[in-house]
Amino acid sequence: MQAFTEVKGLVAPLDRANIDTDQIIPKQFLKSIKRTGFGAHLFDAWRFLDAGVLGMAPATRRTNPEFVLNEPRHRGAPILLAGENFGCGSSREHAVWALMEYGFRSVIAPSFADIFTSNCFKNGLLPVALPAQVVAALMGECQNTQGFTLAIDLEACEVRHEDGRTFAFQIKASDRQRLLQGLDEIGLSLAHASDIKSFEARHKSRFPWLFENQPCRT
Amino acid sequence: MTVARTLYDKLWDDHLVTTRSDGQSLIYIDRHLLHEVTSPQAFEGLGLARRGLWRTETNIATADHNVPTTERELGVQGINEDIAKQQVLTLQENCERFDVELFDVTDLRQGIVHVIGPEQGLTLPGMTIVCGDSHTSTHGAFAALAQGIGTSDVEHVMATQTLAQSKAKNLRVWLEGTLPRGISTKDVVLKVIDVLTASGGSGHTIEFAGDGIANFSMEARMTLCNMAIEAGARAGLVAVDETTIDYLRGRPYAPQGERWREAVAYWRSLKSDADAAFDREVRVDLSDLAPRVTWGTSPDQSAAINGHVPETNAENRRALEYMGLKGGEPMRAIEIDRIFIGSCTNARIEDLRAAAQVLGNRKVAANVRQAMVVPGSGLVKAEAEAEGLDEVFRAAGFEWRAAGCSMCLGMNPDQLLPGERCASTSNRNFEGRQGQGGRTHLLSPAMAAAAAVAGHFTDVREYL
Ligand code: SF4
Repeated sequence: MQAFTEVKGLVAPLDRANIDTDQIIPKQFLKSIKRTGFGAHLFDAWRFLDAGVLGMAPATRRTNPEFVLNEPRHRGAPILLAGENFGCGSSREHAVWALMEYGFRSVIAPSFADIFTSNCFKNGLLPVALPAQVVAALMGECQNTQGFTLAIDLEACEVRHEDGRTFAFQIKASDRQRLLQGLDEIGLSLAHASDIKSFEARHKSRFPWLFENQPCRT
Repeated sequence: MTVARTLYDKLWDDHLVTTRSDGQSLIYIDRHLLHEVTSPQAFEGLGLARRGLWRTETNIATADHNVPTTERELGVQGINEDIAKQQVLTLQENCERFDVELFDVTDLRQGIVHVIGPEQGLTLPGMTIVCGDSHTSTHGAFAALAQGIGTSDVEHVMATQTLAQSKAKNLRVWLEGTLPRGISTKDVVLKVIDVLTASGGSGHTIEFAGDGIANFSMEARMTLCNMAIEAGARAGLVAVDETTIDYLRGRPYAPQGERWREAVAYWRSLKSDADAAFDREVRVDLSDLAPRVTWGTSPDQSAAINGHVPETNAENRRALEYMGLKGGEPMRAIEIDRIFIGSCTNARIEDLRAAAQVLGNRKVAANVRQAMVVPGSGLVKAEAEAEGLDEVFRAAGFEWRAAGCSMCLGMNPDQLLPGERCASTSNRNFEGRQGQGGRTHLLSPAMAAAAAVAGHFTDVREYL
């Protein structure tokens, strides 16, 4: 996983609530068996006017000039600003892969869906929840200010505005630590392999039926 | 004195392995369901790290998202699109390599992953269940802690038999009263989501409780828990009662003999203590519910059938525009191009019976271009055929298809065309969900059948 300490840069405003993972990466791209290649199709149905098929190069597509991410002034923004309940719907981790491959390192919104949030922390994308009024104010400013930037400091857990204001955000200590160090979660858990084994033995004696009559290939 | 606990608290406590040094809890996982779309990258990761499955026999796989619903006898070769075919073949290869049992495309037991778990008794009360799919919440109907996870967590569960997470809060949705005739659990859950909003259940596990639940069949409870995720909750739950136990008796993977008796004794304890504290509680009166239909692009945007599309405002403008609706028009006036009866929400035998009952000898209206039924599993299909339901649907003008996710998300060829309007028994009315530019209205199977006959939304109670 990519480690995360600080990101500073342009902000792209996507002023919609309940942006679901079907919008972030539509279903036709989920047929890939790889972890890459999704950035080109981020928000495909909103970004492009033609129907998208996996592997099409963005340069060959008809882009939708009205979609905010297509405005030249938001090119290369590492921070996405969005409405509440971002990432709701399907559990597809492809949504996080697509956002990161496109170039986003962080999403700021009033709230995030639960599964999306856990997927973020497995990959190094930082979801920052700020109060709805703060997000609304930033949204307005971002839409009206050419070159609007923010800095997100994970060490200090704060978002810094160019004018010196700061907005504190909360994040679980475990998520923060894993992101700061770019730790592999499976490794962390396997350090507890003996705990898992002894739990399993107890579990088996309490609930033997969960260990019998199980599916197997033969 | 012991502290009163909720059902969720009990399931959590019974599976808590340890707390990791970074503060995350490790929860032991009893069942892992796999399908072709969210598993390949996890198997790949496992292989690259030279790790194996922690406990092979807890895993079970099926192909459901990409499979065509016509010419099933062709098996994988029936999939025309190369990358879709490759994904299903990859699942076969991975299952072989890692020794995971697979209900493959032509297996009679194949079906939507959330339909086959309960059907086979692979879903049991007191289990923790995960799947790389958000509608895993369905299995909570059996008092199992069932949650959707992303692909990294799929790999984590494969490698460690655990899930690393923090405990959620407890939310109880109290259903009181008796459902009036013609009203189904789909109407109930659309109402619950309307009350909670699409994010109201975030950070919570929802327990559906109240005297209203006692009369609900397992199919109905699955419909409820299935859509807990549409209110933002990762897991939904219903306590065990005799209905749960009766449903499971004799299922292929359910315990038998002495073990069955032991299991049942434990299962009966799977309910919230009378004085358990919930962080939040919401009440819904069932006795005055009307059939509901969604009008927008989020599952919390629904109205009663005899109501109207809401007046246009800043919040719903985009949804109404996408849906091609005018604020204020009667729900009943909305005409429909396609009917889809299927998905893990409403493609079980009881759903098909309810739709067939409404159809009777009636025919699909002339303005409806296509009406299809996609049973949730091969076994549901066989059961429906044994009851003659397929004949009722065919005679009415419905297409009778093979099992899979189908037009619930249109990864296979079953898709809406741009601008087409669909009455769908599925769970998500998101933009483009059933095909780019397609317009989805969620409703119950009985309401979908009534809409098929009328050619527009209508009150199913007038057809009973
Ligand atoms: S039927 Fe629809 S919601 Fe259910 S698992 Fe399949 S795609 Fe997902």
